[in-house]
Amino acid sequence: MNPIKLALTYLRIGVLNEMQYRINFFIQLLQSFISVATGLIGLSLVFGQVTTLAGWSRSELLAVMGVHLLMGGVIRSLIQPNMERLMDDVRNGTLDFALTKPADAQTLVSVREFRFWQLVDVIVGIVIISLAFYELKGTLGFLQLLGFLAALIMGGVMLYCVWLMVTSISFWVIRVQEISNLFEGLYAAGRWPVGIYPDWLRTGLTFLVPVAFAVTVPAEALTNRLSGTSLLFALGMTVLFVFLARGLWLLGLSNYSGASS
Amino acid sequence: MRRYIDFYLASMKISILEQIQYSVANYFYMIGMVTEPVIYLVVWTTIAKQQGGMAGGYTAGAFAAYYIIWTLVRNMNIVFTPYGWEWRIREGRLSMELMRPIHPIHGDVAFFAGWKFVVILLWLPIAAILSWIFKPTFEISWMEVIVFFLAIWGAYLIRTMLLSLLGMITFWTTRVSAIFELYFGLELILSGRLVPMTLMPAWVQNLSNFLPFKWTFFFPIEALVGNMTNAQLWSGIGMQVLWIAFGILILNFIWNFAIKQYSAVGG
Repeated sequence: MNPIKLALTYLRIGVLNEMQYRINFFIQLLQSFISVATGLIGLSLVFGQVTTLAGWSRSELLAVMGVHLLMGGVIRSLIQPNMERLMDDVRNGTLDFALTKPADAQTLVSVREFRFWQLVDVIVGIVIISLAFYELKGTLGFLQLLGFLAALIMGGVMLYCVWLMVTSISFWVIRVQEISNLFEGLYAAGRWPVGIYPDWLRTGLTFLVPVAFAVTVPAEALTNRLSGTSLLFALGMTVLFVFLARGLWLLGLSNYSGASS
Repeated sequence: MRRYIDFYLASMKISILEQIQYSVANYFYMIGMVTEPVIYLVVWTTIAKQQGGMAGGYTAGAFAAYYIIWTLVRNMNIVFTPYGWEWRIREGRLSMELMRPIHPIHGDVAFFAGWKFVVILLWLPIAAILSWIFKPTFEISWMEVIVFFLAIWGAYLIRTMLLSLLGMITFWTTRVSAIFELYFGLELILSGRLVPMTLMPAWVQNLSNFLPFKWTFFFPIEALVGNMTNAQLWSGIGMQVLWIAFGILILNFIWNFAIKQYSAVGG
């Protein structure tokens, strides 16, 4: 079974499912506005005191906020719902149903759920980024756009890998819901460029939970701070994360004992 | 009265024993929660340093003190959530609780109050680590400690009232998440959770004087780390008592209407 075809089929089912609840679009829109409003208030408080924060201007931080929102929308629509279902399946033993299907199990558990309306955050994020760009009066070169998109995709892949690794822990430890709570807390740190954090925290946000790659690096691409070397470094990290996640998943799976045990 | 005291003591004991078993899960939860103030703290410390040591009258050490005490106050502020109310009403769980000869809110208050003892115990090492990293500056008098101890329980009761009222909206409609999020957004700005209220524009501070939010966050924290006079400290406790009394009144009033609406949506 072609994994891309499989993913697209589930995506279509997800969209059809969500289309039944159209009012959720407006609820989601309202929630996005609330988070944008609190974010803007936070920014205005900071820039009531200073003109730049650790070398970033207000408009540049607006771009960071946009990327954070965009990536948060991707996590909540594509990654988190799948991983939460996987946790439930491992706990209840219902993962059997996925494992007996003739497709790669990792692909299958990663594409089963899709929260269409959460993509509102992605659109709102893009609007915020455009607004920031307009304020910066910047011109978006082709290479710059390419760097931004590459950084964004690699960041998304890395976050997926971390989620999968954390979820794979549920093959050994049963109560992992609190871990996803921890992850959400750490992702919130991406609201600000990781450069402002103390060393120990910045290291954690780069290598343990790659919020740095998911939010700060794409934002750096937008604000002309990104060098080719850090993009290459991001690529290396992505490959490493993909292998680690695959390894831990396979190890965990061999530890799975099914529903009847 | 005797009946209530027995009920509270028994429920609190049960919740303490129950939560101690889940100390690892509790820790994960607390560490996830601690990242929020650490982010605020880092941002404001950076600003204070950029401005030569102070921002809005706070030094880096004062910010550290504010946000470390914040973590305890935030823990005290965890009460039965409005999402819990939604679940309890939608799933019809409330039916069972209504059968008991005691108002269901007493069960919530007692259970979470018991949990607080576990939380405070688990919080101590976290506070020690945060203090070691961020080096807060404290100047604490005995009177402040006494008022702080009372104020965190006052905050707990006020927030219980507020979130129960919010959760009771579910009696009328089950599409509540947007209303809840709006509430949490307002609370973030108006309570001192985001930044100390004194950093807010004057009109926001004025507005917050007429609302209950700042008595759940800003007041308890400032009571300990700020420099309030004894009169200010005790009048703050007085305000908390007023809001609790007002909350009980409104809660009873709404409850009488709400319970007539109850039909256990999915039961």
